[in-house]
Amino acid sequence: MLDDLLKRGREGFGGGGGGGGSGGGMPGGADARALWPIALAIIAILWVALTSFHRVGPQERGVVLMLGKYSRTLSPGIGLTLPSPLETVETVDVEEIRTIDIGSIAGNDENLVITGDQNIIDLAYSVRWNIKDAELYKFQIANPDTTIQEVANSAMRAVLATVSLTDALGAGRTTIEQQVEQRMQDILDGYRAGVKVQGIAIKQADPPASVNDAFKEVSAAKQTAETYLNQARAYAQQLNARAEGEAAAFDKVYEQYRLAPGVTRRRMYYETMESVLADVDKTVVETGNVTPYLPLPEIKRRAQQSAAQKGGE
Amino acid sequence: MVNALRNPVTLALVLLGLVILIGSTVSIVPETRQAVIVRFGEPVRILNPYKPGENFGQTGAGPYLRIPFAEQIVWIDKRIQSVEMERQQVLSTDQLRLQVDAFARYRITNPLRMYIAAGTEQRVEDALRPILGSALRNELGKRTFAALLSAERGQVMNNIESGLNRVAKQYGAEVIDVRIKRADLPDGTPLQSAFQRMRTARQQEALTIRAQGEKQAQIIRAEADAKAAQVYAASFGKAPQFYEFYRAMQAYRRTFSKDNDSSTSIILSPNNEFLREFRGQ
Repeated sequence: MLDDLLKRGREGFGGGGGGGGSGGGMPGGADARALWPIALAIIAILWVALTSFHRVGPQERGVVLMLGKYSRTLSPGIGLTLPSPLETVETVDVEEIRTIDIGSIAGNDENLVITGDQNIIDLAYSVRWNIKDAELYKFQIANPDTTIQEVANSAMRAVLATVSLTDALGAGRTTIEQQVEQRMQDILDGYRAGVKVQGIAIKQADPPASVNDAFKEVSAAKQTAETYLNQARAYAQQLNARAEGEAAAFDKVYEQYRLAPGVTRRRMYYETMESVLADVDKTVVETGNVTPYLPLPEIKRRAQQSAAQKGGE
Repeated sequence: MVNALRNPVTLALVLLGLVILIGSTVSIVPETRQAVIVRFGEPVRILNPYKPGENFGQTGAGPYLRIPFAEQIVWIDKRIQSVEMERQQVLSTDQLRLQVDAFARYRITNPLRMYIAAGTEQRVEDALRPILGSALRNELGKRTFAALLSAERGQVMNNIESGLNRVAKQYGAEVIDVRIKRADLPDGTPLQSAFQRMRTARQQEALTIRAQGEKQAQIIRAEADAKAAQVYAASFGKAPQFYEFYRAMQAYRRTFSKDNDSSTSIILSPNNEFLREFRGQ
């Protein structure tokens, strides 16, 4: 069977045992036979050229493996290695800042975290990191990305378990971010993960939706309290101004009065009476001779008139 | 023979045979793996085993020879791996429930032991997972709820880690650390009552703030009243007699003013002080 195949092959190629043999459909002859080594050489040169020179971008590092063993790391530029498969290069982007988002700012998805005073907040944050050490990143940890996420989760919760609700909601955010960053970096360095944590950003730290109303009530109460204070201050201002005004007016009049007490007093009395009596119904009667009569119907009629006037307005 | 080699088909077949032979003789061990060479079921050699603190480039990675077909190669991961525990409900000493997610990181440091005791990596993970769970439950069950949340965590984790490490050693693995990923109140009553507590605490705060505001406002008003009284007294006190008269005049104007709605009728006696001159006496 095999012999058959060989025989047929030999006939098909028409080589008859001589030479290296030419390609299947290619025209035979001495020229064709001489082309073989040249073609092989070209392929070999191309192969060496293509697999020996490696372009490493400015943000990349090339990890060189020599038969599976780590040999060196190529810096940006053109790196020279032995041809494949003796040496292979894996490029790793070390400058790119990668981001992991944990929790979400969307309302339906809550990432609840317990604070040190046993309150609960809804937290969303992101972790920015990049690769510090290409070979460590490549070889040290089975799932680097998952690991970083888990470490972030763990570090964030550990830090939040030491702070109070008020700190977590506002004032302490920066400190929390720094502590988490530090803690993550320590843990990852402990793994020799070759990762640098660039920063933690807390995007949202809110009370959970179901207690949010109570928190809003607190800020409403603050507003109300402020309103009370404003009203009281306004009243105080008003009262003060009036008191000072009246006192000042009295002082001025009194100054004049002291210069000529008798005349001033009479003048003031007549002026007042004049203006008071000018506008009212006056009746001058000799008491003793007249029976006092109080015109009640008259008063009633006037009251009705004024009421009708008011209604008409 | 030489003639046969000159034939391309024969050449190709011979080359193929060579490649197969080399492939089953030479194995390339990468940096990320360790290998156990097993000859007829019996482990004979370990390639590229983990050594603490070694640098990449100085490890045992690289090409190795083995006897084809007689020796099998068993690959074992050299990297740090993680085992995740299923969510556990832990009861603290003060009878509060907490739902805990934890993970442990480990590395196979003794490939031979691991191959004999477990066979595959999956089995190591399967063996560690329940032990992590029970160690966590035992250790956390000894503490109060507050302690679980606080800084004492570090000590707890160390205890769990050493407990887990004892078992891991039997499988040729070494635990690097154990960490709590999440610690939550379980859904339902515990969570709801925590929410309720938060809510009432806020309501209390709101009431306090409002009451404080009222108090401050009252104080401000009272102070203003006092201040006004002082200003009046300082001014009017200088001439009480004149104030009597001055104030009366003001009061008359205001009381009988036309602006007041009710119109006034005044009945005067000719003896009135105002009409004294009227009589011409």
